[in-house]
Amino acid sequence: MELGSINPVLLISALLLASTPILLAAMGELVVEKSGVLNLGVEGMMIVGAVAGFIAAVESGSPALGFLAAAAAAAVLALLFGVLTQVLLSNQVATGLGLTLFGLGISSLMGQGYVGVRPPASPRLELPVLSELPILGPVLFNQHALVYLSLALVVGVWWYLRSTRSGLILRAVGESHEAAHALGYSVLGTRLAAIAFGGALAGLGGACLSLVIVPQWTEGMTAGRGWIALAIVVFGSWRAWRVLLGAYLFGGVSVLQLNLQAAGIAIPVELLSMSPYLITILVLVIISSDKRRAQANAPNSLGRTFHASG
Amino acid sequence: MIRLERRPAPSRAWAWATPLLAVLATMVAGGLLFAFLGKDPLLVIRTIFWDPILGEFAFYYRGQLLVKAGPLILIAIGLSLGFRAGVWNIGAEGQYIMGAICGAAVGLAFYPLDARWLIFPMMVLAGGLGGCLWAMIPGILRTRFNTNEILVSLLLVYVAEQILAWMALGPLRSPDGAGFPGSRNLRHYDAAANHELIAGSGMHWGVVAAFIAVILGHVLLSRHILGFNIRLAGASPRAARFAGVNPGFLVLTCLGVSGALAGFAGFFEVAGPAGQINIDFNVGYGFTAIIVAFLGRLHPVGILLAGFLMALTYIGGEAAQATLGVPAAAIQAFQGMLLFFLLALDVTTNYRVRIDVRARA
Repeated sequence: MELGSINPVLLISALLLASTPILLAAMGELVVEKSGVLNLGVEGMMIVGAVAGFIAAVESGSPALGFLAAAAAAAVLALLFGVLTQVLLSNQVATGLGLTLFGLGISSLMGQGYVGVRPPASPRLELPVLSELPILGPVLFNQHALVYLSLALVVGVWWYLRSTRSGLILRAVGESHEAAHALGYSVLGTRLAAIAFGGALAGLGGACLSLVIVPQWTEGMTAGRGWIALAIVVFGSWRAWRVLLGAYLFGGVSVLQLNLQAAGIAIPVELLSMSPYLITILVLVIISSDKRRAQANAPNSLGRTFHASG
Repeated sequence: MIRLERRPAPSRAWAWATPLLAVLATMVAGGLLFAFLGKDPLLVIRTIFWDPILGEFAFYYRGQLLVKAGPLILIAIGLSLGFRAGVWNIGAEGQYIMGAICGAAVGLAFYPLDARWLIFPMMVLAGGLGGCLWAMIPGILRTRFNTNEILVSLLLVYVAEQILAWMALGPLRSPDGAGFPGSRNLRHYDAAANHELIAGSGMHWGVVAAFIAVILGHVLLSRHILGFNIRLAGASPRAARFAGVNPGFLVLTCLGVSGALAGFAGFFEVAGPAGQINIDFNVGYGFTAIIVAFLGRLHPVGILLAGFLMALTYIGGEAAQATLGVPAAAIQAFQGMLLFFLLALDVTTNYRVRIDVRARA
């Protein structure tokens, strides 16, 4: 066992990247849930984003196009969920599950000819001068563009929900859709927009996995990250900053366990591989055991079907 | 202008018609999908839905039908109880794996003792217990700590998959396996094997268990107070609390029963059709069973029929893969599509679709 072989600078640098797919998906789901919709299809949207982005990037040779395609494909899939739950008033839990099952199936169908193909490389974004700082430079200022984008999104979502008129309407719709409807706000429009936004971010997260982190396409490669993103929204009690913390906590655990595996520590590999899931469960338990705090910020209409009668 | 008008009570006629319409719609949409893949849609649909029952090689496929339908029905019956009560156990795949591991471990512990009367029942019990306990984790976390059982039960699937890999490569690996992963083959160990009961029919103890579960499930839901409480809690949690239904007890019962049934299914599979604990033991029955439960309207008889239909798509899908080169993943997408159409058409059960010809002034 050589714990000394683990380089803390590289570890933190890897952590930021490894957390990004989950952070993106969780920020999207945060907005969706704030509008009062529970979309359990994050895993399905992520994997469709992963495959769609991969295909687009390989065919066009441009990673940027890949990311766009990933966001678009996952948003389309999310809108399917939106139409089913908001227009046809289906059960959100069942539809979300269906979205995940369908997404897993359709993604492996789409990815048939792309197993083992190498995608075009998406380079890191070296910020001039800053990236040459000792220690901090390589950790903070020599990352992939998506890492910065995800951090900007945390700030953006926080600001949007807190300080904009449209963010206030979205929260109103999530707290009490009847009241928002009575005031003349469009519950349907707000929610569909939120669902599409959530889908686009989940797709981006999936593409981050297949184009930057792995980078390859394999069936079921999201491996539960969509579900962990859902758990992190609960963990973050629907607050952008805490969601960021949760995503980095998870990223830290998964990077650390990979490093421990590589260092040949005397713990069974399977036990290390399951640790991110176990820790997610543990964290969920801790956060939800305090009922008052856990529910304080939860949208009141979360998961309820809205039907405007009359 | 089209608008939806809530029905005072869900329409029974539509409730039974929507699954059939959903199957038809899936065939059409699936046909388009296959046409897009460059296959003759009619031929593929016939290969999936017709040939396994009435085609030339049907004698082979018919046996497979029970083998595939058995675990699906067994798991779906358990899930349907929870789904009715608003308890969402979506980690049946994990409970299925844990049932298989526990059942197989008990059998392998006795190897090569020849005492079927003792070993086989103990294995069955261990399988059920393994699944039940695994499902109790989200149950207890929900009742004690108010933790969301959807997320916990699902995350535990990934944990169970890791345990499966660990078992196949470590503690349960066959000492005679020349270093290959996987346990001893239980089908070659008579005291523990879950053999076919009637040769060529595909009928094994797991299928028998599935049929018993259908009957018990029906009796429970229509005749027993527990079944009434489950339906009450699902329809109106507030009313259920006023009626003195203990929500915590209901959560634990629903999760425990569905976990045990998934565990049984896992054990019967590992001792029968699969034969051994190996890395690739689980094939997603636990997830497909969710579709079966909804397609069967969470009703035991409906689930029985839906289980056979889903088994048919598995078998027909394999046939289409072998003879027509349709990718295996297409069947998975096909099954997901079926759930979507069902949920979309379900709007007709609870709502009347009104079409106003004259635009309102």
